[in-house]
Amino acid sequence: MLRILHQIWRTGVVTEPLPPLEEGRVTLAGERLEEEILKRFRGSLTIRFVDAGSCNACELEITAVNNPFYDCERFGIHFTASPRFADMLLVTGPVARNMEVALRRTYDAMPGPKLVVAVGDCAYDCGVFGESYATVKSVSDVVPVSAFIHGCPPPPAAILGGIMAAIGKDGAGR
Amino acid sequence: MKDQSILKDALVAAFGDAAASVRVEGARPSIAAMFCVPVARFAEAGKVMKACDARLAAEWAVDETVFGGGFGIMALYGKGVELLLIECAVPHEAPVFPSLTGNYLAAWRFERQMRSLMGVESAGHPDARPWIKHEDWPPEAYPLRKAFDAKTRLARVQGEYKWVRAEGEGVYEIAVGPVHAGIIEPGHFRFQAVGEDIINLEERLGYVHKGIEKRFESMTWAAASRLAGRVSGDTTVAHATGYCTALEAAAGCEVPARAAWLRALLLERERIANHVGDIGAISNDAAFTFLLYQTAILRERLLRTNQAIFGHRLTMDIVMPGGVNADITLEAARVISGELTEFSAEFERLVAIYEETPSLEDRTCNAGVLAPPLAKEMGVVGIVARASNQPLDARVQQAYPPYDVIAPKLIRCGDGDVNARIQVRIDEVRESIRLIRAIIDGMPEGPLAVDCPAPRPGATGISVVEGWRGEIVWWVQAGPGSEINRVMVRDPSSVNWLALEQAIKGNIVPDFPLCNKSFNQSYSGNDL
Ligand code: SF4
Repeated sequence: MLRILHQIWRTGVVTEPLPPLEEGRVTLAGERLEEEILKRFRGSLTIRFVDAGSCNACELEITAVNNPFYDCERFGIHFTASPRFADMLLVTGPVARNMEVALRRTYDAMPGPKLVVAVGDCAYDCGVFGESYATVKSVSDVVPVSAFIHGCPPPPAAILGGIMAAIGKDGAGR
Repeated sequence: MKDQSILKDALVAAFGDAAASVRVEGARPSIAAMFCVPVARFAEAGKVMKACDARLAAEWAVDETVFGGGFGIMALYGKGVELLLIECAVPHEAPVFPSLTGNYLAAWRFERQMRSLMGVESAGHPDARPWIKHEDWPPEAYPLRKAFDAKTRLARVQGEYKWVRAEGEGVYEIAVGPVHAGIIEPGHFRFQAVGEDIINLEERLGYVHKGIEKRFESMTWAAASRLAGRVSGDTTVAHATGYCTALEAAAGCEVPARAAWLRALLLERERIANHVGDIGAISNDAAFTFLLYQTAILRERLLRTNQAIFGHRLTMDIVMPGGVNADITLEAARVISGELTEFSAEFERLVAIYEETPSLEDRTCNAGVLAPPLAKEMGVVGIVARASNQPLDARVQQAYPPYDVIAPKLIRCGDGDVNARIQVRIDEVRESIRLIRAIIDGMPEGPLAVDCPAPRPGATGISVVEGWRGEIVWWVQAGPGSEINRVMVRDPSSVNWLALEQAIKGNIVPDFPLCNKSFNQSYSGNDL
């Protein structure tokens, strides 16, 4: 126990301010929520994550968004196990044919109002995997997408910044 | 050397002239040999291999229409340092071969997948259900066949997947997935349980199948290394290295020494980053979040150094055919060494905490046991194998450069439980730190890459690389115009997933996430 306390003390606070979002990282698209509703998300945003066919590197970087450096919880963002509690659906991967139904069902299970943010180049247009017998062209062909975060994979700061941009906040948490 | 031809000698002794030796165009390691046997005796050859105590490392099919042939059925066997490839040919009109399942458990899913995606039938296979291809696909769609256009939009048909069922008083079923609770990949698990105890687990995977093997066939050899690096993103260096090595073998291309050493540097950094992350994630599934956040800090620092030195946090797209496209300066080498010193001190502090937290060890010891004999029988590889006492590590057995010089230590543990899989990771992190130091000290000077030509028409190449999860196998074949005709990749997950079903039996339902995390297999690498 002492060792643990000592380690916590040694570690201190490593959390960093979020850098400004670089250009070209995010495309805001389609369905936007009304300003009024967006306001309500401020302070608390619950996310349900679905991998619809990714290579798993995007997951690594989304996981990193939760690490002490990026600490998404300080912005009121947290990940939930149930779509029923979720305000936002975060999706990765070219939508695999075998995941299309599950993705749609997850979206349908979420209460409105809801937002979808697609992470990674292959969520945008299948990226390196290409459109094929096994994939659907884009996440936006399956569920309405509010923002695409580009990159392969996008780094954690871009993911966090993209999520904030989708709900009308900037990196300073405003 | 004698122990390099036990399998070959046994096959020749049993088959005589009926086993025709085929010249292997290129193989890294170069000790892989290849034989062609009559189709009727394909399973018999498997039996001979089994009698030699060999494991079935991979099994796959090739559509050889472009060469005027039918299908090639390939089985790769391994024993110690030796690898033996046995092939048989079946005609298009009757694509049937005898199943290897009678001797090899690993063949179960390999052959279901071959039937589902290539339409080749393994006679005598006890399980007729499709694999990877879900029940709503038209059953006669075989995407890996040459005649199948990759862009085909397949209709959704009615179908049913028949689950294995356990019946009896008090037996109930829990279905989980494909969408899981955390930030992880999708798959479906069916448990049959009595009270808290799991009596059976059946996995169904394939949810993230995105047609990777087919996709290769429309790419150039050079561009395809980017795809290879995304077979399983957490293993990007190892997979890109595996693909490039197989291609270089087929093309007869020698990579410069410095490139091989840089690949190993990246590979060991990838190993450390994943292992350290896993140690925290496994602890988290035993409700010890402290270690999750601590190891996440260590991992994040490694990735930031990657970004600073190599320009990508996960070091994707650096390994390329013919070599690498990034170098380290003296200054960068100093940064890496300095980081290791700090990392190592911090890591040891966390290991001490792991080891002196009884409530944590109480969960990890004796949970999810994969007994060594079963591990051997199932042909598992990598960390899962080594935690069940199997002496398997391609870096040791194949000793491809620079591992022939820096000589990695084979880490093993005999307990086969969650704790053993953590211990193996801990010791491998320590060993990788030593290896990285040796790489930095011994790195030869010279060019980073050479031009890798396209392989000659019909040339094949095979490679075996030890990624952080374990042994990865790649096999490539050039078509008549030197283009990519077929690329086969076998991630460790394709054999290890099956073993999780066995390791979980008798555990309690709430321990599943913990046991599963300790295996941490790739869905993407399995589903392709
Ligand atoms: S965008 Fe890139 S990193 Fe992300 S899932 Fe797709 S291929 Fe992998």
